[in-house]
Amino acid sequence: MTTGTFAPRPGAAPLPRMVLAQGLMEARLLLRNGEQLVLALVVPILLLVAGALAPGLSLGAQPRIDVLAPGVIALAVMSTAFTSLAIATAFERRYGVLKRLGASPLPRTGLLAGKVLAVLLVQALQLLLIVPVAWLLGWRPAVDATGIAAAVLMIVAGTSAFGALGLLMAGTLRAEATLAAANLVYLLLVAGGATLVPVEAYPAPIQPVVALLPSGALAEGLRHALGVEAGLAWGGIGIALGILAAWAVLAAVATARTFRWE
Amino acid sequence: MGELVVEVESLVVRYGRGRAAVTAVDGLSLTVVRATVTAILGPNGAGKTTTIETCEGYRRPQGGRVRVLGLDPVADRRALLPRLGVMLQEGGAWSGVRATEMLHHVARLHANPLDVDMLVQRLDLGSCGRTPYRRLSGGQKQRLSLAMAIVGRPELAFLDEPTAGLDPLARRATWELIEDLRRDGVSVVLTTHYMEEAERLADQVHVIDGGRVIASGSPAELTSRGAANSLRFRGPAGLDVRSLVAALPEGSRVREPAPGSYLVLGTIDPHLLATVTAWCASNGVLPDDLAVERHNLEDVFLELTGRKLQP
Ligand SMILES: Nc1ncnc2c1ncn2[C@@H]1O[C@H](COP(=O)(O)OP(=O)(O)OP(=O)(O)O)[C@@H](O)[C@H]1O
Ligand SMILES: [Mg+2]
Repeated sequence: MTTGTFAPRPGAAPLPRMVLAQGLMEARLLLRNGEQLVLALVVPILLLVAGALAPGLSLGAQPRIDVLAPGVIALAVMSTAFTSLAIATAFERRYGVLKRLGASPLPRTGLLAGKVLAVLLVQALQLLLIVPVAWLLGWRPAVDATGIAAAVLMIVAGTSAFGALGLLMAGTLRAEATLAAANLVYLLLVAGGATLVPVEAYPAPIQPVVALLPSGALAEGLRHALGVEAGLAWGGIGIALGILAAWAVLAAVATARTFRWE
Repeated sequence: MGELVVEVESLVVRYGRGRAAVTAVDGLSLTVVRATVTAILGPNGAGKTTTIETCEGYRRPQGGRVRVLGLDPVADRRALLPRLGVMLQEGGAWSGVRATEMLHHVARLHANPLDVDMLVQRLDLGSCGRTPYRRLSGGQKQRLSLAMAIVGRPELAFLDEPTAGLDPLARRATWELIEDLRRDGVSVVLTTHYMEEAERLADQVHVIDGGRVIASGSPAELTSRGAANSLRFRGPAGLDVRSLVAALPEGSRVREPAPGSYLVLGTIDPHLLATVTAWCASNGVLPDDLAVERHNLEDVFLELTGRKLQP
């Protein structure tokens, strides 16, 4: 073997290091993008503040903030796991980033893990902002450690379902179409998918439909976990988890079948 | 002959299916020897990118056999990829990523990467290091992409048009870098439209057209192929060249394209040159402007395909 500057010494970095590098990189790029930042941080906070302070608004029998805060958390999870992920991945496909990374030592599972890590990092940042603001607005959820664990579980399940749906979109549609569709779907789910307004506030005939939407399941699950009702509503949490898991599995299977890397 | 790092045999690659199928590569064979530079030359649409990307494991061939570093690029892709350096013809970076940030990222995916600062300096990326990818110039993108291909210290680098769109200075720097890679034992396969690039860099050139190799050899071998060369001289118009043709080796031809201007076509070697000058002497002719015309790869290509190589 020669010993020159460029003498071959090929090899992949250890997988955890690659995943960490990929996750940090993607999170950094996401936060660098102005529109994504608005979507991830500004919109949830604005909705939270406006919803809590707007006069004459009612979201059911409970104090308004108790309904609103879990809904805004659900919305934040959706915006990152679905909208941001879909748009970022679609443009990675368009600009040949997925293709180039496909020739790097990072395996596809590592790439996926990196994406999950990036989404979780951004969500952590969102929670770090949303929870204190909600607290300032009077949110005092009666939760213990199990409640928090249940909420984390809901967020993980919601991230899986929405992440798989986002990748499904990014892997099949053109980048511009993904940009438009991901924003549109997000808006529709926020407006009419039981994200902020609880399922029970919808007209009775459409309640079952709304409850089966991933947005409805995630938001209802979080409202159950974060103590809108007295004590933990395990039944409601279980149903929500089941619905999200079904969405996640369906979308993941469809993504695996249809995803185009180039 | 050294160890083969790439073996492509009767490769067939099609895009699409049925009636709409395009056969991009059609029975192509070539080999690459370790620690050499191999140039793949051919016009637009010849199948250069398709061939290279098949070696990188991006496409599953419809026919033939491909071995890269002894491995099957599709079946053994995971084992193979860390050992390869890949420069795509275009794209490959996030639009918002900064140039050096991208290079650091690719370096982090490898076990023993090169010193990023050294590469940045060699490829003159320092001045645009903090510029987002989407705002880099075409040549800066090319240089970044080349840096990304070699930062992981590959054994074998596939460079798809590494000097497309580079200014003369940057092209020279790239050539020097590729020569250093070979010196240090890296095998390089590159595609190009530029003759002088293949002539200067490559140990082996494969000229491809219509998805097949139409000529292979070292640049010297390709350009000194007898049939491609000619000898010209001037003399009195209307010489009777039949006796010259008789004196020349079988297959040689003599023409007078313009009065007083003679063209000898055939294997132009010292022996033939001596025969021509002896014939002139015995006919009392002083040949003027006697010149052997060495054809370059451009001419070889034109002769082989009847088409120009550069778009
Ligand atoms: N993704 C694709 N789908 C369909 N046809 C394709 C695709 N990629 C390439 N082709 C076709 O295959 C043929 C070979 O293309 P290829 O990109 O390999 O050529 P090339 O030699 O690299 O050309 P260039 O010098 O322009 O880069 C062309 O006719 C091209 O139109
Ligand atoms: Mg090409």
